[in-house]
Amino acid sequence: MSFQPVRFYQTGTYTVGNRLLDEAQRTVQATVARANSLTSGHRACQGCGEALGARYAMDAAMHATDRQMVVVNATGCLEVFSTPYPETSWQVPWMHSLFGNAPAVATGVAAALRVKGRRNVRVIAQGGDGGTTDIGFGCLSGMFERNDDVLYICYDNEAYMNTGVQRSSATPAAARTATTPAMGPAPGNEFGQGKFLPEIAMAHRIPYVATASVADLRDLEAKVEEATHLRGARYIHVLVPCPLGWGAASSDTIRLARLATESGLFPIFEARFGDVSEARPIRRPVPVDEFLRLQKRFAHLFEPTIDTERIAVIQAQADRNIKRYALLP
Amino acid sequence: MDKPFAITLDPGSSLANHTGSWRTARPSYVDHLPPCNQGCPTGENIQGWLYHAESGQYEAAWRVLVQDNPMPAVTGRVCYHPCEGACNRARLDSAVSIHAVERFLGDEAIKQDWQFARPPALSGKRVLVVGAGPSGLAAAYHLARLGHAVEVREAGPMAGGMMRFGIPKYRLPRDVLDAEIRRIEQLGVTIRLNTKVDHLLKARDEGGFDAAFVAVGAHVSKRAWVPAGEAARIMDALSVLRSVELGEKPLLGRRVLVYGGGNTAIDVARTARRLGAEEAVIIYRRTRDRMPAHDSEVQEALDEGVMFRWLSTIKMGADAGAREQFTIEKMALDESGFPQPTGEFEQIEADSLVLALGQDVDLSLLDDVPGLQLTDGVVGVGSNMMTACPGIFAGGDMVPAERTVTVALGHGKKAARHIDAWLRGEAPDVPEKHPVAPFERLNTWYYTDAPRSVQQELERVRRESTFDEVVSGLNADTALFEARRCLSCGNCFECDNCYGVCPDNAVIKLGPGKRFKINLDYCKGCGLCAAECPCGAIEMVPETI
Repeated sequence: MSFQPVRFYQTGTYTVGNRLLDEAQRTVQATVARANSLTSGHRACQGCGEALGARYAMDAAMHATDRQMVVVNATGCLEVFSTPYPETSWQVPWMHSLFGNAPAVATGVAAALRVKGRRNVRVIAQGGDGGTTDIGFGCLSGMFERNDDVLYICYDNEAYMNTGVQRSSATPAAARTATTPAMGPAPGNEFGQGKFLPEIAMAHRIPYVATASVADLRDLEAKVEEATHLRGARYIHVLVPCPLGWGAASSDTIRLARLATESGLFPIFEARFGDVSEARPIRRPVPVDEFLRLQKRFAHLFEPTIDTERIAVIQAQADRNIKRYALLP
Repeated sequence: MDKPFAITLDPGSSLANHTGSWRTARPSYVDHLPPCNQGCPTGENIQGWLYHAESGQYEAAWRVLVQDNPMPAVTGRVCYHPCEGACNRARLDSAVSIHAVERFLGDEAIKQDWQFARPPALSGKRVLVVGAGPSGLAAAYHLARLGHAVEVREAGPMAGGMMRFGIPKYRLPRDVLDAEIRRIEQLGVTIRLNTKVDHLLKARDEGGFDAAFVAVGAHVSKRAWVPAGEAARIMDALSVLRSVELGEKPLLGRRVLVYGGGNTAIDVARTARRLGAEEAVIIYRRTRDRMPAHDSEVQEALDEGVMFRWLSTIKMGADAGAREQFTIEKMALDESGFPQPTGEFEQIEADSLVLALGQDVDLSLLDDVPGLQLTDGVVGVGSNMMTACPGIFAGGDMVPAERTVTVALGHGKKAARHIDAWLRGEAPDVPEKHPVAPFERLNTWYYTDAPRSVQQELERVRRESTFDEVVSGLNADTALFEARRCLSCGNCFECDNCYGVCPDNAVIKLGPGKRFKINLDYCKGCGLCAAECPCGAIEMVPETI
């Protein structure tokens, strides 16, 4: 990773702040001067991972660009809870068009800024997994292919949460959603159907692709900072657990993100021009059960009997990630 | 206020939307009692002083420390640190080396000549303290800090009590002990040496004291019946240690037997090695795991070549020509762990035998105090450390308790608080204790992996021939590192996690040292701040509607 780890402090690099650290080593989120890009009063659910992830990312970008940036937002939870007419929670220049065309609109904004010679103003597009991996995927692939000067940030909560938890192409195998109910011989979402967009983005050989989660703030901030300083098409995929859609306690949002990465189900890595350049090793390995058990969308794997077969397949997916990205030393 | 259908707000910021109304539980900042603080016999606020030490503010840390314990350089060396036995970090990797940081602060205070804060006002009351051991000195210190005039009367030629006459130099260098006693004197405490109090009430009345605290220690060695010939050289452990302290060299010979299993037995055996004994053998009735002596001391003794005979008793000593012959009987533990004789005997040669079988208290000075309750040779006291005689308080080894320096210091502190209240005719001001912060309250993910610092030890050759201090202290860097291993169990240390993880920006950061507060206009009560607080300092409290 591109940040400097701080060792031998009471809580080291893992907490948001630390009174013992120099100002320069503190996170953006620890400062009173943070932008609060997504301000209070928004209508996200209790413990919303996406609200948290969006503020983390946008505050870091505001800091890195010295507040010279434009945000284009796709339709989705993030837009609906933050900007119901006539109010807004955004403290950034913010623009909305349609569900599927955020990458294209961002491309246009970038082009306009280039024509006007405003090289210092950076363009960021953002959306949920539905708007990114399904509906906006064509535009996004085009943006990558043309290497447009846009940073796209996807907040992945693994389904269409805004409209009532329907499956998206990012929904994991065996998960129950409104459209993949927990019934029949193979309950929940089918195996082998998911898209892992970071790897598709890597296939476009764009300058920068990274994954992150709301459980590792320092890592997330460092990646946003890194990405804002690069030119060309860049993509960051942030895992943001959804208490409502996942059927989890609102206080477990960060814990779930942590368990997803520590089990290997969600690998944290960086790739440059199509090649993995760095992966964040697992610190305290856990089996996938610990992640699955906390969520009602996987309850049918444990009740009335434990579905060891399907859990084993999910574990195999995690093990594949661990091997592929060398997550265990 | 005509708004379109389903529109509730005017155009503008969402800040007008008070989402706190969704809340069913609210986060509340709490302070819990860290297990180290709970485990400390002197009631030190360990987490509190480590907090200052973490930022390198050693004087501030020392000042918090000495609110409870006036002798940190001593306890940092000789305390058996029950705090570390309770430390939550032990479940993560290994306990914080609290004693090493305490010792560092104590030594730093001596080096920098930090002095105690003077009392704001004098009370005009006078208190007599009998005995200048840890308990008496602590009581004197705390009473002086409360503004009372204190006179300590000590029968011996030097102050320090068992810290001086029971603990050898290699564990507690005398310059350290002297420095900490001197600092108490500089606070205004009078210590009169070679002044034995024979009749307590008489001394109190003649001196015009308003109250008295007695802590004369347990300086009389217990005897065991060991039939021995005329020439047998049998000594008791305390006399040996005392004569070494006073500069005499007891004639122990080349082969020394020590009978007993407590810390004093270990101290005598190690002292014998330093005095030139080629062999020092500790005879103990039971096994090592049942030995009352502290394990680290047993290990240090083993490192120095002290030998142990487990499951053995001394049967008799008889004159056997030039050297002494002692009979050892082998023992076996019964089901309850009590040693039983087996009838197997063995002869062992030795030049001397030192008995370390425990100590009694000489209570003759209390003969003129009416109505005292004595049990097993010690004085009964109430929860306020007062004896059955009003105004006479007692503590240390002469009351029923574990006999350690730290427990004695704690008695002194507690007694001082109650003497003060008694003198003022009020109930003592005892703050209510917070509930304990168990390991389960912590979110340990956030703590960096950091191995415990190791203190250096003197090499064996020098340990066998000199009384130089065996265990070294930490340097400033290592002490800082060690302090920062503290998890701050149950008490906010301002890591900003709650401020960072709130999806609604509802945590307000009040600035360094002022912690945080919750903006209830926007807090939806999700509980993320409480779940992600590393030290468990936030609790979710149900809202009442």
